[in-house]
Amino acid sequence: MSTTAKKFDESARGEFARFGTTRVHPGELLRHPVYTRFLHWSVAIFFILSLLTGFAIYSPWLFRWIAPLFGGGPRTRALHPWFGLLFEVFFLFQFLNWFAPMAWVEADRRWMRRIRQYATNEDPLEAEDVGFFNAGQKLYFWAIAVSWVLFLITGLLMWFSDLTGRWIVAISYVIHDLAALLMLAGFIIHVYEGTAHQPGTFRSMMDGTVTERWALTHHPAWFRAVTGRDSREAYEREKRQLEEQ
Amino acid sequence: MANPRTFQIQEISAHPGPVPGQGTRREEQVCKYIDVTTCIGCKACEVACVEWNDHPFRETTFNDTYQTMPSTEWNYYNLIKFAEDERDGNLMWLLRKDQCMHCEDPGCLRACPADGAIIKYENGIVDFQQENCIGCGYCISGCPFDIPKFHPNTKKVYKCTLCSDRVGQGLEPACVKSCPTGCLKFGTKSDMVQIAGLRAKQLREVSGFADAGVYDPQSIGGTHVIYVLHDLKAPERYGLPATPVIPPSYTYWKWLAKPIGLGMGVLGIAAVFFHRVFYGPKLEQPEPPEIRTGPREEIEAGRKEAP
Repeated sequence: MSTTAKKFDESARGEFARFGTTRVHPGELLRHPVYTRFLHWSVAIFFILSLLTGFAIYSPWLFRWIAPLFGGGPRTRALHPWFGLLFEVFFLFQFLNWFAPMAWVEADRRWMRRIRQYATNEDPLEAEDVGFFNAGQKLYFWAIAVSWVLFLITGLLMWFSDLTGRWIVAISYVIHDLAALLMLAGFIIHVYEGTAHQPGTFRSMMDGTVTERWALTHHPAWFRAVTGRDSREAYEREKRQLEEQ
Repeated sequence: MANPRTFQIQEISAHPGPVPGQGTRREEQVCKYIDVTTCIGCKACEVACVEWNDHPFRETTFNDTYQTMPSTEWNYYNLIKFAEDERDGNLMWLLRKDQCMHCEDPGCLRACPADGAIIKYENGIVDFQQENCIGCGYCISGCPFDIPKFHPNTKKVYKCTLCSDRVGQGLEPACVKSCPTGCLKFGTKSDMVQIAGLRAKQLREVSGFADAGVYDPQSIGGTHVIYVLHDLKAPERYGLPATPVIPPSYTYWKWLAKPIGLGMGVLGIAAVFFHRVFYGPKLEQPEPPEIRTGPREEIEAGRKEAP
């Protein structure tokens, strides 16, 4: 990533830290600073609004249900491209913000091979080499990045259809749908993992902090990096303490 | 009074439920016959159309032809195209009255995502219902003849109605009423196809147009507006597509995508819900020790004894 983008991202983090605070209590770790949380929720809000307005137009079975939420069919159609544009803008900043930690590494390939064990909760602890983001999160991030490009190109082609012509619109329509389906699949899993499946995760995006136990459970390599303690050792010690109580 | 059965609705755009006239087929499919060989380009039909539909005067663009304007517009449904062609080294004018073709398989209706914005009547007329239109413009991309036109102020799309309001009262469309040469006729599809066939035969055998024929493209199931052309082998010379097609995005993909998308949504949510039910949460480790410990049988036994 270019240094200008990196500098911008760092100064934006600094500016947001002046207005917002993240309180880290004893036994907790800072996971997401204010700027990251702001970006994540801005992207999320406009993604959900785009998804709903888009789904109203996508399917006649949903049209009569969803369109009234946005003030009827014509307004749903009028709002959709603007919601989409705001999603595009916020995700651009999110991309700059998370580009570095989302880089694919050797540990991610190993994680992908263990994906079945991950999905069936076989190991209570994640493997030692799982860092700030696991490979599943990275995969979702890059799927969004690809969809982001597809949405932008096909969306603009359909928005300015009087300049592009009927076959361009017809092709863009299909690609726009495919990008949406890719996002939908990832979105359902993402929301589930962040709430019901992994208690203690949702607060990382709301309050910005997680417990140390959460970190050593889900991201042991990150735990080791920020605390300087060995995650397995910390786990065994915690366990002994609990058993003594 | 009109027979109410004339306007039984047969197809509704983006409609999830049943349609009153689905599958029904009237004996009398209506059709407009246009004989381009006897059109004199008087534009009476253009005026009659503007008059009947109560459209305001609009400014036109001069593009070095006798055409009123380059293309049909949201408030100008009917336009005679003046194509300059050549025959035996001489200028030949191909005068074609351009308007909605009222396709048997309408691309606009296939593309439309708004419930009830486009309907097709049992008699074959395809009509836009602007109160249901959401202004997405997909119909424009679905139409092989470039007919639906977007009105930037109302954000709705408009096109020729085949004077469904007149036809419902047993009258012919306004353009047909005004035609002084008889190159326009209106009646049942079978009658019009027969008359057109006879006229094309006459052109071939008497007038020396060996390739004369009837334009009623079967790639979209035929149309409810048919042309008699001097040269059926090259409809492009008149500005007509030889094989009009609806983009597969609005036929196969839409048919496939809707259930896939909804299925993914519903199954995806069900899958994660039951994942939680089957596998439970991933708790922060180490978990606090269980309060009740001991062999599984003991716990089970304890549970059974409870009141």
